[in-house]
Amino acid sequence: MAEEIGAAAATIVPSLPTRLRQRWADWYRRATWVDLFLAVVRIVILVAVCAGVLNTLVSQRYSATEWFSFIAFGLTIGGIYALIALGYTMVYGILRMINFAHGDVMAAGTFAGYFAATVIDRHGLIDSAPLAALVGTMIAAAACSALLSLFVERIAYRPFLHVRSLAPLICAIGVSFVIEYSLRGFFGTGNRAYPDWRPFEGSIDIAGVGVPKLQLLSITAAIVLMLALHVVVNHTRLGKAMRAVSEDRDAAALCGIDVGKVITLTFVLGGALAGVAGVLYALVFKQIAAFTGFFLGIKGFGAAVLGGIGNVPGAMIGGFVLGLVESTGPALFLDGLGIAAPFQLRDVVAFSMLVMVLVFRPQGLLGERLAAKRA
Amino acid sequence: MSFEIVTSSYRLRTRRRAPWQAPLRIGLYSGAAAVYLVLVGLFNALEQQSLIEELFPLGQAALAACLVVGCFFATREGRLATRIASGALAGTVAALVFDLLFLLQYVPDIRQVFIVAAPRLFRELNWGLGDPIGAAIAVAAGALIGATTGAVAALPLRPRRAVWSSLIALVAVGAFEEVLIVALQGASALKPLRRLIFAYDALSPIGALLVAVAGAAVAASWPRGGVKTLLPAALQGGPHRRRALIVLLWAALLLSPLIVNAYYAQVLLLIGLYGLMAMGLNVELGFAGLVDLGFVAFYAIGAYTVALLTSNNPLAIADLSFWAALPLAIATAATAGFIFGLPVLRVRGDYLAVATLSLGEIVRVLVSSDALKHTLGGAQGIIEIAKPAGFGLTLGQPWQIYYIVLALIVVAWVVSRNLDRSYIGRAWAAVKGDEDVAQTFGIDLVGYKLLSYTVGAAFAGAGGAVFATMIGSVYPASFQLLISINVLAILVVGGLGSIPGAVLGAAALIGVPELLREFGEFRYLLTGIVLILMMRLRPQGLVRARSPASRA
Repeated sequence: MAEEIGAAAATIVPSLPTRLRQRWADWYRRATWVDLFLAVVRIVILVAVCAGVLNTLVSQRYSATEWFSFIAFGLTIGGIYALIALGYTMVYGILRMINFAHGDVMAAGTFAGYFAATVIDRHGLIDSAPLAALVGTMIAAAACSALLSLFVERIAYRPFLHVRSLAPLICAIGVSFVIEYSLRGFFGTGNRAYPDWRPFEGSIDIAGVGVPKLQLLSITAAIVLMLALHVVVNHTRLGKAMRAVSEDRDAAALCGIDVGKVITLTFVLGGALAGVAGVLYALVFKQIAAFTGFFLGIKGFGAAVLGGIGNVPGAMIGGFVLGLVESTGPALFLDGLGIAAPFQLRDVVAFSMLVMVLVFRPQGLLGERLAAKRA
Repeated sequence: MSFEIVTSSYRLRTRRRAPWQAPLRIGLYSGAAAVYLVLVGLFNALEQQSLIEELFPLGQAALAACLVVGCFFATREGRLATRIASGALAGTVAALVFDLLFLLQYVPDIRQVFIVAAPRLFRELNWGLGDPIGAAIAVAAGALIGATTGAVAALPLRPRRAVWSSLIALVAVGAFEEVLIVALQGASALKPLRRLIFAYDALSPIGALLVAVAGAAVAASWPRGGVKTLLPAALQGGPHRRRALIVLLWAALLLSPLIVNAYYAQVLLLIGLYGLMAMGLNVELGFAGLVDLGFVAFYAIGAYTVALLTSNNPLAIADLSFWAALPLAIATAATAGFIFGLPVLRVRGDYLAVATLSLGEIVRVLVSSDALKHTLGGAQGIIEIAKPAGFGLTLGQPWQIYYIVLALIVVAWVVSRNLDRSYIGRAWAAVKGDEDVAQTFGIDLVGYKLLSYTVGAAFAGAGGAVFATMIGSVYPASFQLLISINVLAILVVGGLGSIPGAVLGAAALIGVPELLREFGEFRYLLTGIVLILMMRLRPQGLVRARSPASRA
């Protein structure tokens, strides 16, 4: 009996090559000229990247140590992107809108952290209790960003909760502008340098390669926070309410969930994470300025889309992948293609990846395909 | 994309509040606004100028305006006594919040935080009388202004309007006094008038009084229905009157650069340039609903094409005249729009905004990188771009280039109006309304979106070409995201989908800040605030686009 079914299945289900051929024929029949063009684009990009990678690897221009430091750096910046991405992902999951001011909320947090850190440093706490000092700085930054995020929600999103239009998007762009130029007006046009976290300077030997302690600290902090958020989203009442609102706002309201409050808390939570991300960024890069936030925010959004927007673990993975591609990309494929000064083009790599993800795989690495009405 | 589609039946409740709560809240807000004004540096920037000579600096006027606007909202209902009381309450609260600013000077190292917090600022804030007296004066002034606003708000319509419009006239004349003084200086016949109204660089007390009276008189003689009754009367007064109006408008557009000096010609040119770009973005965002934040890329492509084709520079690949390079620049930008659009236009909404923003940024970074230095000049850019020339004369002056922009605007106007009125415009409107429904009706989404994107890019390319020849050099630093956002703001202010709105928006957002030079770097702050306010208060913009249904 079982054998018969097996035999029947073997005749019904065609072999793998046949299936592939059928799928190809099917695709080709439906494809418009735009699809063909995009397929060509995909192939060209794939070939270019492969050629670059091969060329770099064959020519052995970079030593293993250099690769290791690229990767460590990629993970560091990736953790920061991931924390920013969480804010985008949570807001998107609930409102189906991008919070364009998120990056600037983060920048405001870095400034709050900077002032807290200078005060802490003046009392010598960085040397005597470095970890507590760092936590204090992060709390200051997170509080400022959370507050500002609340403000953004009130100004740009709350009034447009019931209409579907471009208004919140444009309003958020306006808020982003206001925050940037307010920061500039308040704190001046110059860069500010974070104090050195002296006990955490220097590097640790891992497998014979020195990795800066601050980078390790940054990666650890990012992972701890992401796990904390994962717990909040999956194992608390608030998380349950957030998931309910993101499924169906009306149904959630019918079940007695205070939708307005959940939206507000989502913004607050995302803002707080962005504030911490800002402090981590400032610890690694030292310099902060009024305009650092916007493009970091856009890249954080890219990380969120890469991982599958609305998906919390996806945002974490997306952040790390984007960080790694950005840090190794110029050396890995641009250098191999013989492009001069590849490291200037780091942003080109990151943004190209963002565009490609948006175009070719808008559901991201982990996300389920968003229905058209949601996207 | 319309502003009325309701997506959720879930509604926020409004709670009933005690009568004193609203003024309290509004007082807090307007006090916070005044503190913000000081800390962000706007007060300092305005303090350099006087509204009324030696009596009333512009900075103080701005703080008072914060208070008056707040009290205006706090005293909108109730009887006379209620209004006065709530106004006074709001004013007092605002002043108390403002007084917190005085505490800031006792915070150690406050200058390290807020760069404006110098001792001089605090002396200016308390009129050099010491903090306790200064703070008390502020509270007294706040209460007085609040009570007065309440009393004015309780007046009957006409006197109330007279008061408000005299205040508005005063502020308007004060804000534009630099421009007005220069304008009045030009005409010698008006010299006595200038002497009467203006002292050296601000209003004289008598002048202020005159301006206030004039404002009140205008309000008193205003027709009952407001502007709405005036405008249609002029516009709909038969075809003859309408034609006369159009001729007048044309005369103004054609003659204005000849009358004004070089600086104002430059301002007019900038307005035209941004108006042209806004018309391009209008085709994308206003007609087809495509949010394009990478608009600057096509502007850059147009500018660089002209630079490479006409400049007297080793990097140049040809030695064409501007007239030959202009169509090529437009064609290149349109082609770039087509190629960029192919992949990008399959995404929609917010995703499209981010994708286009990324494309714009990729173009900017590529242009400024060393990798393309040998073709595009890297961060140093390309200099020595030829001015337009022909028939033995060179069009180098701003007022001459203004005519080129004007011609381009006319072409862009005709093209976009005809597109909008054709079946293409209907298809765009359908795509803008709902992509899925449009597709169901057999509209080729990709094709129509691509068309709109290409046409928009072509307009931007034309703008870039003029920009290159106007400045005479192109640098990557000129093509920031800022420009895309500026153009977006112009369109939002003018009215999405409205062609005259694009030009009007450019005049409002490029021309006005250019004339209010004391705002300087704060103009972008104002751009942001204007974006928010327009979306909240008047999402259809200054000129409402005619809805597709009424086009018939």
